[in-house]
Amino acid sequence: MKVLALRLMPLFLFIILIGFFWYSLSLDPKKLPSAKLGKPLPNFVLPVLGNPNLKLSQNDLNGKISILNVWASWCSSCVDEQIFLLHLARIGVTIYGLNYKDNQDDAINWLSSWGNPYKLIGSDLDGKVAIDLGVYGAPETFLIDKFGTIRFRYAGVLTSKIWQQEFMPRINEMEHNL
Amino acid sequence: MKQLILAILLSFVHLTASANATYPLDSAKQEAQFHHLLHDLRCLVCQNQDLADSNAGLAKDLRNEIYNLVKEGKSDKEIIDYATERYGDFILFKPPVKTITYLLWFGPGLFLVLGLFIFWRSCLIRKGQIDE
Repeated sequence: MKVLALRLMPLFLFIILIGFFWYSLSLDPKKLPSAKLGKPLPNFVLPVLGNPNLKLSQNDLNGKISILNVWASWCSSCVDEQIFLLHLARIGVTIYGLNYKDNQDDAINWLSSWGNPYKLIGSDLDGKVAIDLGVYGAPETFLIDKFGTIRFRYAGVLTSKIWQQEFMPRINEMEHNL
Repeated sequence: MKQLILAILLSFVHLTASANATYPLDSAKQEAQFHHLLHDLRCLVCQNQDLADSNAGLAKDLRNEIYNLVKEGKSDKEIIDYATERYGDFILFKPPVKTITYLLWFGPGLFLVLGLFIFWRSCLIRKGQIDE
């Protein structure tokens, strides 16, 4: 019996290996884990889009659960999530925008044609704040708790399904713990 | 033919010269540091390219950041920490030795030893059987 088990060892190892490979096939290499989860927002002071005398800083995101959405008018897939973001704003979700390496006029025009769900938008003209946030492409959406800590990051177009699956449970948990 | 080769070689000289003009550094040491860092760090957008090769906007921005850090005289470790703090270990082409990467780093050696052990055992057992 012991000899048989030993003889079958390679087969078992092979099956485990196949299991790993099979699992890896379904992973999307473009989906990167964020290194910033559980960390506070980086320090930033950005001019507010449309009103550069006003400033948006990380402190503005304290005190309330909010989401921070990285977008740009040159980003074609950002259009796809705009309707859903408008819906979120209507149901009372606080959304801050980070306008990523954009032309100011283009950004303002884009908002007037697609709608503006944002409470305030910071203009990240040179993309430095985006780098500090670990952004690797627009759109990206961060979930920020009331202490200004990054709780979740979603890279890609935000949809109702993703919101329900990834954001809602975390928001409920945060509210429950208050 | 010789002229052609010379022309090609000269075009390379021109290319490297223009690269230095974009990122002028004080010393050859800093230049070497800058170039080896660009080759060690991954472009997050086009994932199999390093920062030196990539034309993606993010790669350009990161190149600038790293250039500034090198210019400030930061060490390799400080700059690599800067990058991984933001983008995680994935930005490194060479994964660091950590608890979760032990199997990755030492697995091959482990399997080699295991293989040799099984080979030795099975040879020994066969030999034993023949001797009997």
